[in-house]
Amino acid sequence: MNDAAPIRYVAKNMRLDLRLIADMVTPGSRVLDIGCGDGTLIDHLFRTKGCDARGIEIDMAEVTHAVAHGLPVMQGDADSDLSQYPDGAFDFVILSRTLQAVERPREVLRQMLRIGTRAIVSFPNFGHWQVRSQLLWGGRMPMTPVWSRPWHETPNIHPCTIRDFFHLAAEEGYVIERWLAVAEDGQRAPWRRFPALANLFGEQALFQLRRA
Amino acid sequence: MDQPETPPPAMAELAHQHVVFDDGLALECGVVVRPLVVAYRSYGTLNAERSNAVLVCHALTGDQYVAEAHPLTGKPGWWEQVVGPGRPVDTNRYFVVCANVLGGCMGSTGPRSPRGDGGTPWGTDFPPVTVGDMVRAQKRLIEHLGIARLFAVIGGSMGGMHVLQWAAAYPDSVFAAVPVATAAHHSAQNIAFNEVGRQAIFADPDWQGGRYWASGTRPARGLAVARMAAHITYLSEQALTRKFGRRLRGHGQHASTLFGDMFEVESYLQHQGSTFVNRFDANSYLTITRAMDYFDLAAEHDGDLGSAFAGTRTRFCIISFSSDWLFPTTESRAVARALNRAAANVSFVEIASDKGHDAFLLEEPDFHRTLAGFLAGCAEHAGLQPAPRPALQPAARP
Repeated sequence: MNDAAPIRYVAKNMRLDLRLIADMVTPGSRVLDIGCGDGTLIDHLFRTKGCDARGIEIDMAEVTHAVAHGLPVMQGDADSDLSQYPDGAFDFVILSRTLQAVERPREVLRQMLRIGTRAIVSFPNFGHWQVRSQLLWGGRMPMTPVWSRPWHETPNIHPCTIRDFFHLAAEEGYVIERWLAVAEDGQRAPWRRFPALANLFGEQALFQLRRA
Repeated sequence: MDQPETPPPAMAELAHQHVVFDDGLALECGVVVRPLVVAYRSYGTLNAERSNAVLVCHALTGDQYVAEAHPLTGKPGWWEQVVGPGRPVDTNRYFVVCANVLGGCMGSTGPRSPRGDGGTPWGTDFPPVTVGDMVRAQKRLIEHLGIARLFAVIGGSMGGMHVLQWAAAYPDSVFAAVPVATAAHHSAQNIAFNEVGRQAIFADPDWQGGRYWASGTRPARGLAVARMAAHITYLSEQALTRKFGRRLRGHGQHASTLFGDMFEVESYLQHQGSTFVNRFDANSYLTITRAMDYFDLAAEHDGDLGSAFAGTRTRFCIISFSSDWLFPTTESRAVARALNRAAANVSFVEIASDKGHDAFLLEEPDFHRTLAGFLAGCAEHAGLQPAPRPALQPAARP
């Protein structure tokens, strides 16, 4: 029995973007993590910030793992399940490294900002110089540590760049409250304040949005 | 039909632990059953705060003997894999209660009960009870035991309907709810299979319009056929193929007569049917299947299942099984989505299994891990103390 007790406080091993996201979340808030995997982030948010954090995950094995560790996770799909929640049910709705894999990214963002006051979105940046150079010089779909699967196997059907995301947010009238681009190892970098440079050197992007 | 080798102990003679409520229970149909008897079993110890109680709700043909040998059949409890010391529902930690349903035949008020004191049994005059009535009878027992809030209500199949009804009717009395392999209503297909079973009972000459008790007989063949038909719905095609295939019982030669050789699956079903009649009352079967058919939690809330759970603070864990075609995952997902509409705290898992609806009663490690983990997480949120460690052996005296 005690083996099943949720003792999974693994912040120091947590994925970089999850650590950055966790820093953006207000203590005690209501959080929905879409594509929560095994629930590492919601566990962290509950344990360190007292959040009412819940998750949705499409992969049943991950869901079973998370629930078996006492985390409130339901099997579901960002494209079809968000419409079920009432308006304003959450303070933060998180979509980490999943936007590029959903069927209708624009609709998912709309739903996130309908059911939540704020949306936090992280995604791998397809504008990174390595990606660009592989396509330019190699003439083939890029394969990098971040974009690690061949074009015919990848679930990432909607890759986008940091500038693409700025453009979509403007089109939809969202307010970008914070944004940052980071290298995979998370080191600080002088280019992070300039969108064009961030789009070239940032491997991942992180945005906090709210409705206007 | 297999004949039992030894005559079974008479159901009526068996004494069950029970509570009597002299004021009875007013049913949804308007009838008051008086007195109300609720037979139950409990396991583990209620803590001083009375905060560690778990109500287990049994399925159509289950009963209160969850985690101990059955007094009639001698078989292990129907959920011994799930309820017991160190099990997912750990009786070292939780005080587990299971009550025989209203309308049942293991000691709770039902069609075999006498009308009033010493009268003749209700038989088919037993009023139509609902899942809501069954849950109100359970609530009386829980209050009688001095429990204001259940830590968890857990049940599969019809027991899962009870769980949903509990959560909808008494949201503040249920900290965590685990409906397993269930639905918020019976589908047309579910009702259809139940009707086949009921017609089999009606067609048995021994049923005698439901007054079989008056002549000391019982519609054993009809009830056995009902059980056989139902049992098929509890299994998956893969499970039947794996267990029996097309194997013949005996020498496997082609028979010289039409029914000379028996397929193993036939033998299995006949055994299931013939053993069932020794422990179940036909009028109870009719009463309970009807209650399941009429259950429709959404209909009671203007067609919106979400509003049945509006404002709930109960933590839910919905569990389905991939090969269950009686209560398929789509039904569980509908419940999960309704709970989302109510912004409830809900976990939802489909367990991969080829064992069909019966999977919830069988050895399914993923199911058991999920249940144990969910309860442990809820216990943390509820502030329940961890299970006490086994006492150290006292040192031997020199």
